[in-house]
Amino acid sequence: MSRIDKPIVRARNLTKRFPKAKKAALEGLDADIFPGRITGLAGPDGAGKTTFLRMVAGLLDLTEGELTVLGVDPATKAEEIHIRTGYMPQRFGLYEDLSVQQNMDLYADLRGVQGQQRQETFERLLGFTDLKRFTDRKAGALSGGMKQKLGLACALISKPELLLLDEPGVGVDPISRRELWKMVQALVAEGIGVIWSTAYLDEAEMCESVIVLNEGKSIFSGAPGELTDRVGDRTFILPVTQDKRQALQRALEVDSVVDGVVQGNHLRLVLRKGAKDFDAAAIGLEGKLRQVKPRFEDAFIDALGGPRRGKSRIAEALRQIPHDGDAVIEAHDLTKKFGDFAATDRVTFAVKRGELFGLLGPNGAGKSTTFKMMCGLLKPTSGTARVTGLDLQHSGSKARSRLGYMAQKFSLYADLTVRQNLDFFSGIYGLKNGQKKAVDSMLEIFAFGDQADVPSGQLPLGFKQRLSMAAALMHEPDVLFLDEPTSGVDPITRREFWKHINGLVEKGVTVMVTTHFMDEAEYCDRIGLVYRGQLIALGPPDELKRNVKTPELENPTMEDAFIALIREFDQENGGKA
Amino acid sequence: MGVKPKHERTPFFTNEMKTESPNSQGETLFRRLPSAKRRLETAAPLGDSHPFMVQKLNPRRLLALIRKEGVQILRDPSSILIAFILPVILLFLFGYAVSLDSTKLRIGVVMQERTPVSESLLAAVRDSKYFTVTPGFALKEMEGQLVAGKLRGILVIPVNFSRLFAENTGGEDTGARLQIIADGSEPNTASFVQNYLRAAIGGWQAARARDQGSNAHPGIEIETRMWFNPSLESKNYLVPGSIAIVMTLIGTLLTSLVVAREWERGTMEALMATPVSIQELVLGKLIPYFLLGVGSMSFCTLVSVGIFHTPLRGSVVALALVTSVFLAACLGQGLLISTLAKSQFIAGQAALILGFLPSFQLSGFIFEIRSMPAPIQALTYLFPARYFVQSLHTIFLAGDIGAVLWRNGLILLGFATVFFLLTARVTRKKLT
Repeated sequence: MSRIDKPIVRARNLTKRFPKAKKAALEGLDADIFPGRITGLAGPDGAGKTTFLRMVAGLLDLTEGELTVLGVDPATKAEEIHIRTGYMPQRFGLYEDLSVQQNMDLYADLRGVQGQQRQETFERLLGFTDLKRFTDRKAGALSGGMKQKLGLACALISKPELLLLDEPGVGVDPISRRELWKMVQALVAEGIGVIWSTAYLDEAEMCESVIVLNEGKSIFSGAPGELTDRVGDRTFILPVTQDKRQALQRALEVDSVVDGVVQGNHLRLVLRKGAKDFDAAAIGLEGKLRQVKPRFEDAFIDALGGPRRGKSRIAEALRQIPHDGDAVIEAHDLTKKFGDFAATDRVTFAVKRGELFGLLGPNGAGKSTTFKMMCGLLKPTSGTARVTGLDLQHSGSKARSRLGYMAQKFSLYADLTVRQNLDFFSGIYGLKNGQKKAVDSMLEIFAFGDQADVPSGQLPLGFKQRLSMAAALMHEPDVLFLDEPTSGVDPITRREFWKHINGLVEKGVTVMVTTHFMDEAEYCDRIGLVYRGQLIALGPPDELKRNVKTPELENPTMEDAFIALIREFDQENGGKA
Repeated sequence: MGVKPKHERTPFFTNEMKTESPNSQGETLFRRLPSAKRRLETAAPLGDSHPFMVQKLNPRRLLALIRKEGVQILRDPSSILIAFILPVILLFLFGYAVSLDSTKLRIGVVMQERTPVSESLLAAVRDSKYFTVTPGFALKEMEGQLVAGKLRGILVIPVNFSRLFAENTGGEDTGARLQIIADGSEPNTASFVQNYLRAAIGGWQAARARDQGSNAHPGIEIETRMWFNPSLESKNYLVPGSIAIVMTLIGTLLTSLVVAREWERGTMEALMATPVSIQELVLGKLIPYFLLGVGSMSFCTLVSVGIFHTPLRGSVVALALVTSVFLAACLGQGLLISTLAKSQFIAGQAALILGFLPSFQLSGFIFEIRSMPAPIQALTYLFPARYFVQSLHTIFLAGDIGAVLWRNGLILLGFATVFFLLTARVTRKKLT
């Protein structure tokens, strides 16, 4: 790979303030982006990633500082930047009612790619993205992964010098993400500079250099290895034989631990700088710490000071539900058909009281459809769905009074305040007595503080998610359904969220959760892998991983297991569609 | 467990992938890379002479945008619905179902004198198919019934009417007067009462003159002539008027919705990051919806003339010209709305309030402008629909009357210009 050491994007003290916003969207950013490599732009939602990309693309004017893109000033020469860069916005910027070919034709015309060159470019890009078979299909009918490839093809039509990709991995399954990464690698080898924005820290780790943003400020810039080196001698794993979630909870209460997650049958712990003593026995754990190579997320959490301490107050406030060993969530031959298409195809499983059950699967696999039938929001075509022994079709409202549901999208009233939303939910759940007490305790437990009287639409995403969860827990349900509760949430808030979920399970609440974060699947007692409407694997995370072990892959991760199981299914069922 | 715990999480993308080229053919994706590379080394600006830098209106790009919009229109059922199905519904509604003609209006006739002349006039009014007549002698009593809503209007035949009427032989004003009192709280009805009474009186006079064998027109204070719409059918007013509604829907509502949709779906952002110019973006929206509007207009005209037998007394050329300037004004308004409101919901609301409702209520389509209160009348001048409805009535019912059409056409052109200038002022190839 050739290295040309002149940056194609140079930012100094780059600041963007939007009118009316209290905080700057981007503040004092210094960055150099070089050709021939992928520069990762990492950070949680609202960190300023899109703002930066839009400024580089000449679509937003800066408030303060300097910015040079491809040697020109984007404020005055935006046209030139538009000619020389390719930009793929979030959600890919495709016309969903146009076919693949029509989308490509449009962008080729707009970028003046004509004649023989046009045909050659189409040939190459369609081959490159493997979309040749789908040229007549409407873009809206493509899967997330294929949309993403088409978006990339459209951004590449006139061989850009700089390629800007805004969260290309969102809403795309891991297999497609890997394919996209390979494609972009090939472009980089040809000398194109790429900025890849992502909320996935594992993607950022793979970039040659990375800029980490948090709340509009850069907290790190350089090779990912430099950041991970900071926690190089402080990252450990500890084998656990007992309950992983309890062990994690205890470990996180120790002062010297800055971060901890479950990883297979181990705890992964990052110790505070300077504090190297960690007495596992003191918290009742038998294993021994073993130093491991840190990964980017460890360093990221460390750089932000770790998640908030303490036990989950929500779990503490809850009554203990006795574990009676009953199956509280049951699906039997559950099927949902939309026309000829079976979104959920003969799915059968049972979840015991106090179990944490995860549904995993690529986008469009049928996770949400299955999920919605389980909470009685969608009527099955055939088969039964039962919660606490009640059939959702016959005793739907009775069953629903026993379950809490948190929707994937924020579905509370944006113009009501936090308190008003909670009042409303306590009202519809019929909490007549002690309604005010219940609301007050929720406000306290979730630490809303002075946000209680803020319209919920103005809250940051993390707070919105907290409010959704509080509303779902208002009536102290036995069973909790969480649909992608941590989607788009920054890593710190995600950890807090899991602390609550783990705490609830501890109290005997049965939780069913969907997620696309593979590491979150590790918290679950059992996982169901949904693919093409079918439940293709079911079992504890460790067992699923063990099943895909090969001599080459001795220690598969959840993600490896996921990919291997899907590939296996595809092979048995006649290859990839 | 005998397996060594894996410390390092397997990278999301394995290393073999990192170096592997996905191109099995071993080709590079872009052939002309050397030149790109040379440019990279210096990061040299393209210079102002680059064809894309100077060209604000590239025909190929514009055509690509128009083609794209065309495919979208054809694939989007709502645009077809608004352009071709809705007009049919509206025309049927206003052509058949809604009729503002009122037969059998209850009126009173006050006979302040009883003479053969006044009796004969009373008989003539009674014979009219539009009225149910209550005769009487005391005006006071009748007025009471009018206030109570039992009567819609009163015709007063004053003392001396017969004498003054008989004295008149030459057509000079002899002072023969009839008084019409109508219930002004319902302007439409009032105007019907007035017009129908005038028609009845006119008919009576003509009949009397014929009977007396004279062709002199005895003068009465009321001179009534129904212009343009002698059959007094409201259909002939409503059908052209509903065309204005459809044009507003296409021009303002549909346009603002499709632009807002591009913002919502993020395609506008993708477009703005290409070399396309703002002029091309605007024209790329205007031209397809202009053509859709013209298509819908032709369709509406065919339906109203062919099925509803609305007269078309003016020329097709005049119709096309007036429609074009009105469409331009509507499209300009739609674009302006969607530039300011980037969500479909807000754009839709704004288009309904600023485009659809005025063209329904303030255009003279259903409610006659002359019978509106003065401040509302003044308001009607602010909306293009007024000028268009008037022009349509003129073209359909009267013919190409240059004075009216030129004036209205120029005013509409003014509206269009103002909207486009405003749009050009607020539209930039930037996000905010």
